Amino acid sequence: MVIEKTAVAGTLESSDVQVTVEPAADLALAIESSVLNQYGRQIKATVEETLGRLGVTTGHVSVVDKGALDCTIKARVEAAVFRSCDASASDIPWGGAVRS
Amino acid sequence: MINAVGRDIPDYLLTDGREVYQGRFAKDGRVIKRDSPACVVREKPTADKLVGTIREACEKCGVHDGMTISFHSEFRNGDYTASQVVKVLVEELGVRDLRVAATSLGDAHDLLADYIEQGIITHIESSGVRGRIGEAISHGKLKEPAIIRSHGGRPRAMMAGEVHVDVAFLAAATSDKAGNASGTGGKSNCGSLGFAIPDSQYADKVVVITDCLVDFPNVPASIKCEDVDYVVVVDQIGDPRRIASKEARFTQDPRELMMAERAADIIAALPYFTDGFSFQTGAGGPSLAVNRFLESHMREKGIKMGFALGGVTGAICNLMDKGLVGKILDTQDFDLTAIKHLEENPNHVEMSQSEYANPGSKGAYVNYLDYMVLSALEIDTKFNVNVITGSDGVVRGAPGGHPDTAASSKCCIIVTPLVRGRMATVCKDVTTVTTPGECVDVLVTDYGTAVNPARQDIIDCLDAAGIPHVSIESLQERAYAIVGEPDPLEWEDRVVAVVEARDGTILDVIRQIKPYSLDK
Repeated sequence: MVIEKTAVAGTLESSDVQVTVEPAADLALAIESSVLNQYGRQIKATVEETLGRLGVTTGHVSVVDKGALDCTIKARVEAAVFRSCDASASDIPWGGAVRS
Repeated sequence: MINAVGRDIPDYLLTDGREVYQGRFAKDGRVIKRDSPACVVREKPTADKLVGTIREACEKCGVHDGMTISFHSEFRNGDYTASQVVKVLVEELGVRDLRVAATSLGDAHDLLADYIEQGIITHIESSGVRGRIGEAISHGKLKEPAIIRSHGGRPRAMMAGEVHVDVAFLAAATSDKAGNASGTGGKSNCGSLGFAIPDSQYADKVVVITDCLVDFPNVPASIKCEDVDYVVVVDQIGDPRRIASKEARFTQDPRELMMAERAADIIAALPYFTDGFSFQTGAGGPSLAVNRFLESHMREKGIKMGFALGGVTGAICNLMDKGLVGKILDTQDFDLTAIKHLEENPNHVEMSQSEYANPGSKGAYVNYLDYMVLSALEIDTKFNVNVITGSDGVVRGAPGGHPDTAASSKCCIIVTPLVRGRMATVCKDVTTVTTPGECVDVLVTDYGTAVNPARQDIIDCLDAAGIPHVSIESLQERAYAIVGEPDPLEWEDRVVAVVEARDGTILDVIRQIKPYSLDK
């Protein structure tokens, strides 16, 4: 999938994560987290894995984590990417695109 | 040297007779020669001890570089006094190399954090370190390691002369012209002045700061005029409405209520639950909520509580008003209801921090405590508890009376959710040991209860009562299954704070946190 426009998923509530994706020529990832010291690298790996499964190779991805679990992080990254390429209106490939 | 809770204490800290922690009652029976303050004698007839300003009081006390000053934290987040005094010392009198020995420091003291950053405050000894001061300490801004002591450890250290306060600046709701001071009866009431009493007895100079001067003699007084050098009247000493912070909130969370109910069931299932039993809770949401579930158990069995100790909330005052509690011994008030109750109820009495928990005394009230219910930031599979460092390794908590009450009570129950957000409360190894596992008997979480294997007697009682329990290891595994196994925190070598056990030995150290990198 290709990030075509800026899109956001998630909130800044406790236990959630807000993911913002923007079109760009390169792939860049910025992570902030309330549990950075203990889970920063795991969050990064989860985000990269999800982007990889979605076939995203370019774009700027900003993650502001408030202690979300892995399942939440995956869902928010997927939703942001789907929204960025208008794949979120119907027939949403939840998980499917991730697994494929 | 490895201590009794398995923590490696650097040898360079073990000077001047400093020892590592050797176990729960390792220092029982030792002899302490009590330290004494240097007192300037006043023999002549005196009109009063009033001075016009904080500055004038400081000048009369002979403030100097490198001095140790103290404050009490009865106003918690509503304290105005510590910042007012330190500002005068630093900005008007140019005092440098200040050493601050407070009962607790927090969000009300950001100004002190500025002075730490600027190298003006060079040493901190406190029970709690919250807010920006904790950040400054964790980033290595103090010249020497901060000392974290429990509420009992602090008066013990004063008594043993390990900390000697040059000037104690003690906020009081009311004072008379001679320094008889109290936490009630004024316009800014904090209730108990229990934390301030040891300072009034062990500091060389004692300055009472009040915003309500009353007729002489202001008795009964918490701080006695014979211990006071000067009295200053200011506009406001603090804001009592900010005493009840979120740490002392009363929960409506069904998960916390479920845990509280289970803790009350456990209390009722043990042999100490007889007429005249004693009880204390910490100020955390779920532990506070235990109060409301105890009532039905007491009525069912037809018994009453003999006394309640400690940090007092409206919840325990309500139980007393219903005739279910004999006495409340009060070292700190957590809300406005408790403050008013202390003032009005003759069976609700003030207790000094030393009477409450001092392990260097001839026997503190905690030694007579049956049940203690507490919270935890982290608890590990050895039942060690951390209430001082956050998941990022930064100092942001307060042992308070946690280590004292856990060590001395007959049954210490920790009530805490299994996970908080993505933080595993039940973990393999706590970041910092503030209460040794040998002092903790039962853990109640929202995913089950675990009993310390050392307490087979409690296990038998729970089995007899049909209260299910599991191993603490299974709870820890459950927590990691939900949130993932946390990466170990990364530290610099430098020690930024020493966590003293209540007997003055070294329980743990907190090191400077390493800047975190996502790439490793």
